[in-house]
Amino acid sequence: MSTLTDPQQGSFRLSMLLSDTRYRSYTFQFIALVALIVAMAFLGLNLVRNLAAQGLDISYDFLSSASGYDINQRPIEYDSQSTHLRAAVVGILNTLIVAVLACVTATIIGVFAGVMRLSNNWLVRKIMAVYVEAFRNVPVLIWILIIFSIMTVSLPAPSAFRGETPTSTMFLDTVAFTNRGVYIPAPVMGPGAWIVILTFVASILGIFALRKYAMKTLFDTGRIVPTFWPSVALFFLPTLLVHFILGRPIGLEYPELRGFNFQDGIQIRGSLIALWFALAIYTGAFIAENVRAGIQAISKGQTEAAGALGLRPNRIMSLVILPQALRVIIPPLVSQYLNITKNSSLAIAVGYMDVTGTLGGITLNQTGRAIESVLLLMLFYLVISLSISTIMNIYNNSVKLKER
Amino acid sequence: MSDMHSHSVGFVRDSVIPPAPPPALESGIVKWMRTNLFAGWSNTLLTLVALYALYLVLSVLVPWITNGVWNASNIRECREIMQGSGGGCFAVIADRWQQLIFGFQYPEESYWRPSLAFILLFIAVAPLLFSKIFPRNLLILTAVYPFLAFYLIWGGSILIPIMAMVGFGAGYLVYSKLVTNSFAAGFFGGVAAAVVVWYLGGFITGAMPGFLALEPVASRDMGGFMLNMILGVICVSLSLPFGILLALGRQSDLPVVKGICVVFIEFVRGVPLITLLFVANVVLAYFLPPGTSFDLILRVIIMITLFASAYIAEVIRGGLAALPKGQYEAANSLGLDYTQSMRLIILPQALKISIPGIVNVAVGLFKDTTLVSVISMFDIVGLIRGPILASTDWNGVYWELFGFAALLFFIVCYGISQYSQWLERQLATDHR
Repeated sequence: MSTLTDPQQGSFRLSMLLSDTRYRSYTFQFIALVALIVAMAFLGLNLVRNLAAQGLDISYDFLSSASGYDINQRPIEYDSQSTHLRAAVVGILNTLIVAVLACVTATIIGVFAGVMRLSNNWLVRKIMAVYVEAFRNVPVLIWILIIFSIMTVSLPAPSAFRGETPTSTMFLDTVAFTNRGVYIPAPVMGPGAWIVILTFVASILGIFALRKYAMKTLFDTGRIVPTFWPSVALFFLPTLLVHFILGRPIGLEYPELRGFNFQDGIQIRGSLIALWFALAIYTGAFIAENVRAGIQAISKGQTEAAGALGLRPNRIMSLVILPQALRVIIPPLVSQYLNITKNSSLAIAVGYMDVTGTLGGITLNQTGRAIESVLLLMLFYLVISLSISTIMNIYNNSVKLKER
Repeated sequence: MSDMHSHSVGFVRDSVIPPAPPPALESGIVKWMRTNLFAGWSNTLLTLVALYALYLVLSVLVPWITNGVWNASNIRECREIMQGSGGGCFAVIADRWQQLIFGFQYPEESYWRPSLAFILLFIAVAPLLFSKIFPRNLLILTAVYPFLAFYLIWGGSILIPIMAMVGFGAGYLVYSKLVTNSFAAGFFGGVAAAVVVWYLGGFITGAMPGFLALEPVASRDMGGFMLNMILGVICVSLSLPFGILLALGRQSDLPVVKGICVVFIEFVRGVPLITLLFVANVVLAYFLPPGTSFDLILRVIIMITLFASAYIAEVIRGGLAALPKGQYEAANSLGLDYTQSMRLIILPQALKISIPGIVNVAVGLFKDTTLVSVISMFDIVGLIRGPILASTDWNGVYWELFGFAALLFFIVCYGISQYSQWLERQLATDHR
């Protein structure tokens, strides 16, 4: 917005701060800045006076003092003598655990339901529509509480597994569903286990190398190298072979009822399962809609054009439709992942000790350091969201349609 | 030539064959089932699997509903009546529905007030939502509704909402007189007029505190599904103007204003609502002048409004960005200044295309109002988890209560999202 007439030089008057568009923007920004500073000063002054009135101060020393409480799910070494900082780290790890589990599960559910909503089977289409609408339109907190109730109320107590004629039995003798959580077998690493793991990693790398080689051959010579069955074989065979040659170094430790509870194996708590599945099913409904919209966004002409070129239906899907649909699907998908991470803070409702439960819950209540705890809590979530959205922006720019 | 043909046998049929019905397999319900349910072996397999899954779900759900018990005073009585028939104990809903809807502290003889406010809500939003059907004059109902609803739900003297309304009215009058000269004059004149009216009105309401007064109800006595509705409606409507301002700020050319808006929006969108509710619960009091203390519900409304306005700002920014650049340039070339071009050209169009997005934010926000149960407010979820499940009468009735809450939310949210989809079809004017 610039004026066409030449401004008269050296005749600056005070009224031009408001009437001249060249200076007016500076006036407005100055006013905005002053207003912001005044507001901040007002809040800060209140904070100082309130803290002084209660004899408090802002200090993060509490992070290094002993926490004095236990956490029931500990990915790292932790006990009640550990510091509050360590409790927060345990909480962060628990948040990340449930977020990653829920993201993976939600993607699987969402892609499945989204593709099935476009199925040519009427019944399946309708069932998936009911699923999506039912789960999208009810608060996730209610789903978490419902699944938590199933886990704690409907499942049998460990004592039901005892006795000559137990009322409950373990699923396939390996997994026990109890109201204290689900017990699954734990892997036991014997000597030589690392060789098996190394073989597995090597075969994964081999699959990637094979696919790259197949692509290169296709582009260079036009010859199609089969990849699917060799990949499957590469995935399983070498690892199993090494495993049995070395005399089965990786064993399984089955959960076993001893005393009042199940021992050995891995215990997955009901709170984790409730949070994990509720988030996955709820967000899966949103992802299903994204996937459906993404596939429908590709115009029918693309399918027809690919068909006219003589491509087979599965190749049309993998070479023409999916690469274009993914460009539409992935940005909302990632924002759903962010939603899962943020919604995992609802863990506090079922007593899962994520970072909101440790830092924002018990630590806050025990130390009374409300401002510091909430600030750190916000900082953690902010760092996660901002770093993921930065990565997303870079990705979006790289896949953007290159137009003239 | 004609001779030859007159003797040859007719090759072309000279009468029309009566139309035959299509083959039985290619018509009607059979055809529909063949194409939609049993097309090929994989499709058939899918149908069978789906039918089995449906059977599994329904075999639990149907007896639960049909064998349900509606008349019992506690869960033991319920179980006696059911005798293990797999029915639900819906008696809890019949017994506690007032608590579930209105909370356990709202005076029982005043239940008609929030109910009336709820019914009037539909009348108030109808002209807004279906602007093509209802005449524009009815929008005055929408404008009056907030004050009426406040009077009905919170009670107290009728003069308070009336004075508030008169203040807004005076402000609007002054604004519309002055805005033709300049937006700034109109805006500040309107604000000044409203403040003057409110100040003078303070004397009147102070002099007559009991004028046409309904029994006042404190905010902390609100609860149940009513609290969810109140929070949802208030926060969505308050966050709209803030959202518009933030969106305009983020799109503006002024780096300082833009910076402030970007930082605010990204900060709020980056943290979960629970942390903001923690702020409302334990931190916000530190940032207010010493001695001021206001309701938890008001603090929660402030924080949820901030939260929602950031999301709405992003939706409206999408609408602003989607407008063709020509609209901005056309407004400039007509000689309109910034406020005029925004008010008359840009915002009406941008808001129109962002309505579906705004509705989605509203649905999400309404669902998120259940989070207040985490900071021990008794909304419907808080009531179920607190007083009702903890009572000796109904300890152990999970599915019926959560199912009821889920049903209420489903009805509201599904209704709103169906409206949004209808609106999207109405607004879709492009050629397909």
